[in-house]
Amino acid sequence: MSGSDEVWKVNRERDGKRETFESNLPKKGPIGEALAPVAGFGVSLRNFFRPTVTEQYPRVKTPPMQRYHGRHQLNRHPDGLEKCIGCELCAWACPADAIYVEADSNTPEHQVSPGERYGRVYQINYLRCIFCGLCIEACPTRALTMTNEYELAGPTREGLIYEKQDLLAPMGANMLAAPHPMVPGTTDGSYYRGEVTGPVKEQVEWVREQRPEDPTLPENRAKEPATEEARRG
Amino acid sequence: MTATADKPAAEAVELVTLTIDGTEVSVPKGTLIIRAAEQVGIEIPRFCDHPALKPAGACRQCLVDVASPGPDGNLRAFPKPQASCTMTVTPGMVVNTQHTSEEADRAQKGVLELLLINHPLDCPVCDKGGECPLQNQAMSHGRPESRFVDVKRVFEKPLALSSEILLDRERCVLCQRCTRFSKEIAGDAFIDLQNRGARQQIGTFDEDVLDFDGYRPVGAAAEDEAGRAFSSYYSGNTVQICPVGALTSAAYRFRSRPFDLVSSPSIAEHDSSGAAIRIDHRRGTVMRRLAENDPVVNEDWITDKDRFAFTWQNLDDRLTRPLIRKDGELVEASWPEALAAAAAGIRAATAPVEGDDAVAGARGTGVLVGGRVTLEDAYAYQKFARAVLGTNDVDARARVASEEEQSFLGATVAGTGLGVTFGELEKAPVVVLVGFEAEDEGGVVFLRLRKSLGRQRVVAVAPFLTRGAQKLDATLVPTVPGREPGALADLPADVREALAQPGAVIVLGERAAEAKGTFTAALDLASSTGARLAWIPRRAGERGAVEAGALPGLLPGGRAVSSKAARAAVAQAWGVDSLPSAAGRDTAGILAAAAEGGIGALVVGGVSASDLTADVEAALAATGFVVSLEVRRSEIAQAADVVLPVAPPSEKSGTFVNWEGRLRSFATAIHTDAMSDHRVLDLLAREWGVELGTATVESVNAELAALGAAGEGSGPPRRPPSRHAPPSPRRAPRCSRRGTSWSTRARSRTASRTSRAPAASPWPACRRRPRTRLESRAP
Ligand code: SF4
Ligand code: SF4
Ligand code: SF4
Ligand code: FES
Repeated sequence: MSGSDEVWKVNRERDGKRETFESNLPKKGPIGEALAPVAGFGVSLRNFFRPTVTEQYPRVKTPPMQRYHGRHQLNRHPDGLEKCIGCELCAWACPADAIYVEADSNTPEHQVSPGERYGRVYQINYLRCIFCGLCIEACPTRALTMTNEYELAGPTREGLIYEKQDLLAPMGANMLAAPHPMVPGTTDGSYYRGEVTGPVKEQVEWVREQRPEDPTLPENRAKEPATEEARRG
Repeated sequence: MTATADKPAAEAVELVTLTIDGTEVSVPKGTLIIRAAEQVGIEIPRFCDHPALKPAGACRQCLVDVASPGPDGNLRAFPKPQASCTMTVTPGMVVNTQHTSEEADRAQKGVLELLLINHPLDCPVCDKGGECPLQNQAMSHGRPESRFVDVKRVFEKPLALSSEILLDRERCVLCQRCTRFSKEIAGDAFIDLQNRGARQQIGTFDEDVLDFDGYRPVGAAAEDEAGRAFSSYYSGNTVQICPVGALTSAAYRFRSRPFDLVSSPSIAEHDSSGAAIRIDHRRGTVMRRLAENDPVVNEDWITDKDRFAFTWQNLDDRLTRPLIRKDGELVEASWPEALAAAAAGIRAATAPVEGDDAVAGARGTGVLVGGRVTLEDAYAYQKFARAVLGTNDVDARARVASEEEQSFLGATVAGTGLGVTFGELEKAPVVVLVGFEAEDEGGVVFLRLRKSLGRQRVVAVAPFLTRGAQKLDATLVPTVPGREPGALADLPADVREALAQPGAVIVLGERAAEAKGTFTAALDLASSTGARLAWIPRRAGERGAVEAGALPGLLPGGRAVSSKAARAAVAQAWGVDSLPSAAGRDTAGILAAAAEGGIGALVVGGVSASDLTADVEAALAATGFVVSLEVRRSEIAQAADVVLPVAPPSEKSGTFVNWEGRLRSFATAIHTDAMSDHRVLDLLAREWGVELGTATVESVNAELAALGAAGEGSGPPRRPPSRHAPPSPRRAPRCSRRGTSWSTRARSRTASRTSRAPAASPWPACRRRPRTRLESRAP
């Protein structure tokens, strides 16, 4: 009659036959059979003579594989402007809801990234992040990438919410700290096409006028070679 | 859509049957193909089509294949795909959309590719990203790749059209929704299409552009099409209907993404229309407000005030903790301390002074409610005044008011339920505006009047024709301010005749109270012509305050303080021995008495000093003790002795009663620990050992329901109903989506006994708006 009746019948028939288990490993000979109870020690014995793989972490830090998904980094353009435009696409893509972004308008007095918009607040909650890298794929400006850094533990919850300053890439040798105007005559498109290769005279002058103490100004760099290390913190 | 619910039962309509994608559908004659397709669940992509605007056929996105029977009865296909948003259905028509016709699909894909040719594709920085019809339809109906390899057209961006609206011409798809809204709906053509071809763009009026010689960018917004200074009360709607990110709001610029927002339906608090809005908030802060579609009230539109004026509640001077004046300084205090101090202060300031009987008798208390609070709050204020302070000196009219107005409100407004509605106002053959500037004071009332432009005669009794009145094509009955009664008494014969047509409406604004005799003249006019009267105040809480009895001479439900029976009825309902019977003073009277030192203590609600012409500062200074219930450190709060913080509308629930008499209830959008005025007053009353019973919205509503409208004999004398007016104020309940008539209230006392306690709600079926939270991100 109905299908379920059929199934029921087949099952009952099968109940009658008891199938014996048959391994598909190769059958051992008589000696193998006899040594089988102690064969496991062979594995230990073999490893006595192999080089050890124990890592002396944290005394010795071994670099992970190159494409390891570690802590995020917010990159900069060659002239020091931030790449992040505060679009929240990373936050949107994140399956763990680990990213929080608030954007704001760039103004001539406060130009943080090329174009109209920049990320004013940028937080990644490492208690939530599952290091899937979907945020990296979503980022339209390559602002967000992942480093190999894996030491992400801490005693407090707040401490594991990384703020923008914790995530920003260190200043490169040539870069000028944002905010400062874009390279004259360029648009955000020029930045994305890689046409900007470093800060220009006008930008340096602007920063010199606004923040003469800025450590990334050429004159201040010479004085304080350690600044970069300090900034990394 | 914009159908009004106030429509009479649909007359028999002629139906047309056609086939869309193989599905037969019958729709009323004159329906557009795109609407007919919607009815069978077929979505045709579109940009320029908007149900509230006239068809334009500007974007060409909605192309479909159409064939219709020729004179010989054989199907004849149109040679090219047709725009489904401009073509009406014909009998036997066969429409094939992108789902069934390759030709239509190809045409749509081609149009979309073309629309994107000059589009900057800057979705990551665009405010519309994530809720953009262009983004969505490019994904659903577009080609994955563009074949365009050349340089895109660029414009300077963004261009500030006004302080609130930014234009990005690169993103514009020239659908003209914005310009059509401005011309058709609002009547301010502050932007228009300019130039031609690839240079075609939306822009503000600029002589240089109209007279251009080659291309020049459009300058900053200064003047509109007619050369007048930029001004539109409704410009924010263009931001909401722009199908791309070309028009964006300056206040919302880069603030958040749709998935960050929690959307809560609410009611706008800035005028008496009770427009439905959506509050979008992120982490407890309001990001933006949008118009919600409510066919019976605001249709698809709201005013710029309702849209953009929301930042006030999150400014630095927001009060979160009570303040007490200690040694001349306002310092933060705990709630119990502040409540005790407020009660002690009021008691001390009103205690009889030894040996000075004259002063003791005069040192009363006054309660100024302000016109901005909800129905529940207004009820609590007046109950507090009458049951705790024992005075009738309570007034919600922080504006020019008159005794005549109060009698008018008591007799023809309070407790009369739903009167003239938006729909009836729109259909009225003639509308006479008295002391009322629709565009400025009425919010969406103006849009309804303008919707009937050409079908309706608007007469303004005013000193001159304002811009708003001109846009309504109004005729002027000139009068100097204060002479309105005379003007109404001898209206031109043709206007008087017109008013005799069924459905004619006389609108009385707040300024009608300025000229003595205006209300009487209007009532005479109404009864002699049969026209109906509508009172449209400016503030959101005015009508609610009238209903709640927050006027010196009115008790809840339109009962008169002067009526002994009414006082007894209310006293019985409240469980008190008696109510004060001495006549109360209005706001001006209270302040004048205060300035002379005749008021011991004042309780001030949502009043700001600029509301009044009286010298509020002097009055407060001369008053012994002032308690202020405020959201922010306002001028009055700064001068008070105890300040009790209350919740702004987005942080509380309640009901505004709009000018129609429609109950516009709203739920809490943002949950904070701020308390509503009615709850604070309930706590304050406990200091006197009085159980005010206004702790929750529900308890206030239950009380209002139990009180009901005034019975015969306890209200002020009513005039005989006018000729075309409904026979009695107690009509059959009229229940709309979000509001219902007051008439159910009279019966609800019995109803409440039989139904579940404590559901003694005066508005059983549709009292509260759904408490849904439209979270943008799916759970
Ligand atoms: S790596 Fe994955 S989980 Fe972590 S922030 Fe990025 S998207 Fe979220
Ligand atoms: S990191 Fe990239 S995806 Fe995230 S907000 Fe910044 S620009 Fe957008
Ligand atoms: S600005 Fe927006 S609404 Fe106006 S024409 Fe352009 S796309 Fe359409
Ligand atoms: S929607 Fe039909 S032409 Fe634009």
